[in-house]
Amino acid sequence: MKRWLPPILFFAALAGAWEWLVRQGVWPRAIVPAPSEVVRYLVTAVADGTLLGATGVTLRRLVLGYLIGFGFGLPAGVLIARFRFFRHTLGLLALGLQSLPSICWAPLALLWFGQTETAMAFIVVMGCVWSITLATDAGVRHVPPIYRWAAMTMGSRGLHLWVHVILPAALPFILSGMKQGWAFAWRSLMAAEIYVAILTGFGLGHLLHYGRELHAMDAVLGIMLVIILVGLATDKLLFAPLERFIHMRWGTERA
Amino acid sequence: MIGPGQTAVAAPVKLAIEGVSKTFHTRHGSVHALENVNLQIREGEFVCVVGPSGCGKTTLLNIIAGLETPDTGRVLADGKPVTGAGSDRLVLFQEPALFPWLDVMGNVLFGLKLKPNLTAKERREVAEFYLRLVGLEKFMHANIHELSGGMKQRVALARALAPNPRVLLMDEPFGSLDALTREQLYGDLQAIWQKRPKTIVFVTHNVREAACLGDRVVLLSARPGRVRGQFHIPLPRPRDINSVEVARHSAEIIHALKPHLTPDTEAVAGE
Ligand SMILES: Nc1ncnc2c1ncn2[C@@H]1O[C@H](COP(=O)(O)OP(=O)(O)OP(=O)(O)O)[C@@H](O)[C@H]1O
Ligand SMILES: [Mg+2]
Repeated sequence: MKRWLPPILFFAALAGAWEWLVRQGVWPRAIVPAPSEVVRYLVTAVADGTLLGATGVTLRRLVLGYLIGFGFGLPAGVLIARFRFFRHTLGLLALGLQSLPSICWAPLALLWFGQTETAMAFIVVMGCVWSITLATDAGVRHVPPIYRWAAMTMGSRGLHLWVHVILPAALPFILSGMKQGWAFAWRSLMAAEIYVAILTGFGLGHLLHYGRELHAMDAVLGIMLVIILVGLATDKLLFAPLERFIHMRWGTERA
Repeated sequence: MIGPGQTAVAAPVKLAIEGVSKTFHTRHGSVHALENVNLQIREGEFVCVVGPSGCGKTTLLNIIAGLETPDTGRVLADGKPVTGAGSDRLVLFQEPALFPWLDVMGNVLFGLKLKPNLTAKERREVAEFYLRLVGLEKFMHANIHELSGGMKQRVALARALAPNPRVLLMDEPFGSLDALTREQLYGDLQAIWQKRPKTIVFVTHNVREAACLGDRVVLLSARPGRVRGQFHIPLPRPRDINSVEVARHSAEIIHALKPHLTPDTEAVAGE
């Protein structure tokens, strides 16, 4: 209880001060809505289903693209770590493309796939895949050889060695790459939804875009809040358990 | 001291090390670790290898295990050249090399899970037996980082013994244990070896330990390591490290070891 008191007080004070300033008429209402208006928007948008629908559409895109990115990135990282040929080819490509914000793919993605879910997925995949690839590569190459040796003298080899020794030993690296990939994918998806109008689904980014077009700043702020909450929640749900596992097993200090 | 070819038991040769040499090349120069090592180890024999620090004992075990390749010479296991690592030659490394992503039980089960024809229940029972043997059954679910150095070595010992390998290569397994625990494990190791016969190559600095455990003690010289002498220890088992006979044998070995302790004296010996 004590732990929760400071943040609750802090955010309550923040909202209170903001509400008070808006009511004093410091800024025009059309530019800066009061927290109470934002809350009112959120209540109606949840009630009429637009917000949940949009969140669902966005999450579906994110998860789908992320799974594809992970499914490609992990084996690609393994190949790069394992074979010199892939390190000098795919490895360099990954290094280069990782430094490119994946929203830069939007013009090409639209040209290739049109205004479709495929274009959205492509941008998400490009956002996360290279982080996961490079982290897996680094993790695999940092595995102390003694682990591999110990496992080999107990009869582990081939796929068993990878699944039960090398990848688990590289887990701390891989997880940090997964988190970075998730953050990149989330940001690029938001950018893509704001930037690209598609008819197959109305995501949070689109809502934000139309909120701006309609000059509904209460909606814009409300949706921003939802985006923050979704980002926090997925991080906690997806990565916190894995992180706790790593802290527990490796004995690394918990933050 | 005995000459090569003389052997105590007439079991078939399990491991034959033939003319093995190894030099490491690093940026700072090269290190001549092993020079023409020849050794025959018979099925079921308990051989201790002693030699000064840095003389190539670990390197020799790694070569026997198939983890490193010799520059010249070869190792035969059951008459077949060793080309890689396998579960028939299990290594207990000098550092515990436990897997941090598994708990204590998971580590001990690792080798057992690679053995077919065992049910999950049997595996657990075997693992629990060996954990009890090393006195760590209460730490079954502990994480590796929660163990002391000596406890880690004991878990590694349990992990190595559990799959009952035909050949066990042990690299100073009792280095960081207190004297009492060590004495207890000398007894346990001899008992297991007698109950579940296996070929053991046991590396140590401790001559007394070698005399207590080994059927035979092999002396390696300082770098580059070569076989400088072999001693049979024809004492009945179980042996007590504190017994007069063990002390007598270890004194004899230490006496023979002294001229070979440093590379300088070796150069004087001029072979
Ligand atoms: N991978 C390596 N690269 C370079 N040099 C090595 C390597 N492994 C061992 N050496 C060198 O080879 C020599 C023998 O090493 P080894 O580990 O076999 O010694 P040891 O007899 O086991 O010593 P200790 O009793 O201290 O464990 C040492 O001088 C060491 O520096
Ligand atoms: Mg050593």
